[in-house]
Amino acid sequence: MTGLRFGIVLAAVFGASLALAQGGSDKRRSGYRDMGAALQQMQDDDTANPGMLFVQQGAKLWEQRVGTADKSCADCHAAANVSMKGVAARYPAIPSGADKPIDLEGRINLCRVDNQKAPPLPPESQDMLALLAFVSRQSRGLPIAPPDDPRLAAYREQGAEIYARRQGQLNLSCAICHDDNAGKKLAGVTIPQAHPTGYPIYRLEWQGPGSLRRRLRNCLVGIRAEPYPAGAPEYVALELYLMDRAKGMILESPGVRP
Amino acid sequence: MANILVNAPKMAKRGDVIEIKALIMHPMETGFRPGPNGQIIPRNIIEHFTATWNDAEIFALEMSPAISANPFVSFFAVATESGTIRLRWTGDQGFAVEEQVAIAVE
Repeated sequence: MTGLRFGIVLAAVFGASLALAQGGSDKRRSGYRDMGAALQQMQDDDTANPGMLFVQQGAKLWEQRVGTADKSCADCHAAANVSMKGVAARYPAIPSGADKPIDLEGRINLCRVDNQKAPPLPPESQDMLALLAFVSRQSRGLPIAPPDDPRLAAYREQGAEIYARRQGQLNLSCAICHDDNAGKKLAGVTIPQAHPTGYPIYRLEWQGPGSLRRRLRNCLVGIRAEPYPAGAPEYVALELYLMDRAKGMILESPGVRP
Repeated sequence: MANILVNAPKMAKRGDVIEIKALIMHPMETGFRPGPNGQIIPRNIIEHFTATWNDAEIFALEMSPAISANPFVSFFAVATESGTIRLRWTGDQGFAVEEQVAIAVE
């Protein structure tokens, strides 16, 4: 019954976001709305959404003690549905004591290294994606709420600059597709507005989950530009800009995308 | 252990047609793809899926390398008696996992 009730709440949340997006001047659309009905149902059904497999795995990792500190995530943060609520809607952010922004992936590894005394998880490894999915799942249904830390402004500006910069052999910028031509077709596929509402997503084409970073790399390769090296600050800057651009939109993690 | 998500009703009326949905985490490696070192990655797929209701088989499926990773199976059954539905996946490299759900039929 709780499942049903949750479904109704979720439907209400999506309904509300739909009404919001259609109502006023907000013309922003989540990629969810450009998918077919079958895929939307797949995402909405927690037992059909393959991303939930990784949430399930992440829940196990949350309880697992690792590192020389022999601590699990749960030992410090207790129940994730309380402590991690809203976290994915907020990141990237500047952690206390640091001066550079990091994304959620960086935050998880920072915790592993500093508090668990464990080696960082390899970027985009299955365990990392599972933890990302589990943490992001706790923010499903919440509006994206980037922090208003003034130190982030410069990084957001850098992200906006990259977003508008033409690059690669095709000489395209992110903005040309996702602002100027969003909603039109690219080889039969509707070009989305590129709002990061469902990350980490389960992408059917990848047959697995992927982070926003993978999506950005994928796009860079698509315009025949050289992707930034793994861990480059440009990714975080772009993520900051995209999250700010999608401010107030509802988080759907884990999303399903074709 | 494997990650599995099963969606089956906990209760049904006798004679009802119910839908059982099962999702399992599995790479379904085809055995045709070369890995980063140029060598073929050995095939690793789920070969068989079977479902039993109180030990009577109600559904069986043979999978092939063309089936996607993390396969999703959905099938229908007629509710006859209360008991246990057992789902079993077996495949390459000794893969064998089982999941069971209880169902009450009145």
